[in-house]
Amino acid sequence: MRPETVIIVGAGPAGIRAAMVLAEHGIRPVVLDEAPMSGGQIFRRQPQGFTRSYAKLYGYEARRAEALHTAFDALGPRIDYRPGALVWNVEGRRLQVLRDGVNETLAFDRLLFATGAMDRVIPFPGWTTPGVYTLGGAQVALKHQACAIGRRVVFFGSSPLLPLVALQYAAAGVAVAGVFDTTPRRAKIAALPGVLAGGTTGLKGLSYLARLALKGIRYHHGITPVAAIGDRTVTGFAYLDAGGRQHETACDAVAFGYGIKSEWQLADLAGCRFAFDADTHQWRVETDAEGRSSVEGIYLAGDGARIAGADVAAETGERAARAILADTGGPDQGAALSTIARRLARHAGLRQAIDRAFPFPAHLAREIPDDCILCRCEAVRAGEFRAAIAALGPDEVNRAKAFSRVGMGRCQGRVCGPAAAEILATELGRPVSEAGRLRSQPPVKPIPIAAFQESKGDAA
Amino acid sequence: MTGRLSLDVAIIGGGTAGCAAALHLARRGLSVALFERRTVGSQASGVNFGGVREQGRDFAELPLSRRSRRIWDELPALIGSDGEFMATGHLKLARDEDQMAVLEAFATGAADYGLAVERITGNRLRADYPWLGPKVIGATLCRSDGQANPRIVAPGFGQAARRAGAQVFEHEAVRHATRDAGGFRIETEAGRQVTAATLINVAGAWGATVAGWFGDAVPIAPRSPSMQVTEPLPYRVKVNVGVVGGDVYARQTPRGNVIFGGGQGWNDMATITSRAGETEVMAAMRRLTGILPWAGGAHVIRTWSGIEGFTPDDLPVLGSSVTTPGLLHAFGFSGHGFQLGPAVGEVLAELVLTGRSETPLAPFSIERFGGVLAASA
Repeated sequence: MRPETVIIVGAGPAGIRAAMVLAEHGIRPVVLDEAPMSGGQIFRRQPQGFTRSYAKLYGYEARRAEALHTAFDALGPRIDYRPGALVWNVEGRRLQVLRDGVNETLAFDRLLFATGAMDRVIPFPGWTTPGVYTLGGAQVALKHQACAIGRRVVFFGSSPLLPLVALQYAAAGVAVAGVFDTTPRRAKIAALPGVLAGGTTGLKGLSYLARLALKGIRYHHGITPVAAIGDRTVTGFAYLDAGGRQHETACDAVAFGYGIKSEWQLADLAGCRFAFDADTHQWRVETDAEGRSSVEGIYLAGDGARIAGADVAAETGERAARAILADTGGPDQGAALSTIARRLARHAGLRQAIDRAFPFPAHLAREIPDDCILCRCEAVRAGEFRAAIAALGPDEVNRAKAFSRVGMGRCQGRVCGPAAAEILATELGRPVSEAGRLRSQPPVKPIPIAAFQESKGDAA
Repeated sequence: MTGRLSLDVAIIGGGTAGCAAALHLARRGLSVALFERRTVGSQASGVNFGGVREQGRDFAELPLSRRSRRIWDELPALIGSDGEFMATGHLKLARDEDQMAVLEAFATGAADYGLAVERITGNRLRADYPWLGPKVIGATLCRSDGQANPRIVAPGFGQAARRAGAQVFEHEAVRHATRDAGGFRIETEAGRQVTAATLINVAGAWGATVAGWFGDAVPIAPRSPSMQVTEPLPYRVKVNVGVVGGDVYARQTPRGNVIFGGGQGWNDMATITSRAGETEVMAAMRRLTGILPWAGGAHVIRTWSGIEGFTPDDLPVLGSSVTTPGLLHAFGFSGHGFQLGPAVGEVLAELVLTGRSETPLAPFSIERFGGVLAASA
């Protein structure tokens, strides 16, 4: 029997751990990663020629980041690693992969999606003004490129990244104009026992708050964003405090976000079944207890399967790799899988506490003002979206997209999709889980026509 | 959802033609219900290129397309929306002398139907359309052709039909229909029992299945257009562009996106899914730059498809059943029904109300496919 071709998409904590486990067992996986260097978003490496230390780059996570990078580099020829590879379609048992301007068709027998996550946002007035970033984007600018997004920065939203990124900016010498959490203080207090029970990870999270306080940076609870102020660039941030009084804080940049959302577009194209996850308030790909999707031979791991952070991602990466080993006639993986299950169980309580401490404020999406841009790719305002719903009566979000252009642009609704679904659900008077999920369409990210001309790429 | 309905007219299929028929019949005071297995305009009517084109049609279709073209100008009054229709013109390109002869033959014949088509060659071609690739040697332009947004046209007719009093049931497929002395008896997947004096089959790629229930034989092949769209580019191509043979076609929306297609993707009728198909997508990108080289610097941001019904001669079935009084068919528009839809709705309403149409329908008779199923089986 010919050896099976196993492809891993993504070289973050989940994809790396999976590749390590497969390599240990004599399988040489193809590892495709869109980024030019391995590590994923969380352990993203600095560009060539940058010389900051691990301690400076990754703080508490320095040892783990270094261990991950070292372990991946040590795999060497035991894996077929292809960085800078955009997988833009799955059809049958084939991937279309664009790399260095050349397209290639790759056949697979088993496929592991370790595709990670992206920032989740809710549009608010002024969010397309230059100077407004996502929390993740602000963090990447600092960690990867050693740039700050501004000199005096407002951070707001509802996300574990909120205190962390604010603190990283403060540590880098940037003036933090304020940290504004949309979650009420009582929700944080209610989540506290779960966080405390979560061991060192939970304590680390709490320490961010303490260190912000030590630096004299105020952490506001229960705020409502009103607008990023400014015409050609951000000059301030207006918000309502927990008591409903409006304030304005001067700043030259804003970073905001509401947690992260799984990047599952490829799994969608592969035909995997989805379910709405109430805890994280988003759609996710259904998997069994070991990461198998509903489609034979397709597996998921990491934040692309369920938002749970880097530690869990590595565990689920190993779990999926062991499922692949078991499914390809390898040795029994029962003992190893039980060990992983026990470790994951320890994370579950903390994860639930974090989900509760930083819930998705769906009401902010439902109340987006009519004149606020909802879909920035297609420049559609929330009021135009509501008008299209009223005029043509869509009963789910793909219809609403067809009628309004919301989600039809180059991001395919990755950015505005969650908010659009909330607005539609409000107009329909139904829970958001019944408003549906924007279907993915190939290519999952834009592809250059130039790569497909006669002189280049695939001869097919 | 169970219940009984007693109707003057039942319509199977929620494309533009079915919705337009429902609109006209409801306005004339008839009780009408339309049943659509998914949502209005979700297949051929909604996923097509958006070309509102008469140029290049079989001459047999021109009386119908001429009639439809007049309705496109009147959409705001008819359905309360213009469907984003713009008379941009359609430029059909020749890449060799034989193709140019095809274009000129059409231009000459179309004049008999009152359709103006201009020949454009030589320096004028390069002066008027400087973005054309060097392989293009000539073209014909039909200025009255144009483009519209297929995603909103059929739903616009559907909403107008509702406002006129028609019942439009979405996500409700018809399981079966029969006819007896009391008229048509229709049962939907939701368990609804419907009786109707007249039944209109506008079920697109599924039209042959419905026709088959009554012994009308039509060979229909389901096909899926391979469609793509680029990111917005500077607005340059202000006419629709097609080629003789139709292996690539393109238009640019005023906001800048280039919509193009060519070839067939794939579909699965069991699950009612369709895709543009990666092989066709990649091939169409090459063909696009053959006629519009400047698009070679753009990115494709999305591809899509749907399911259309094709007949062996690429002409639709439009008219009465051979076997069953009171049964009307309009399907099999073979990938070029978007422009015709509004007129087909009018014709169907005429046939229901008067038994005849002012538009010649003989070329579209279902009889050309050899009559009844029992005889052909």
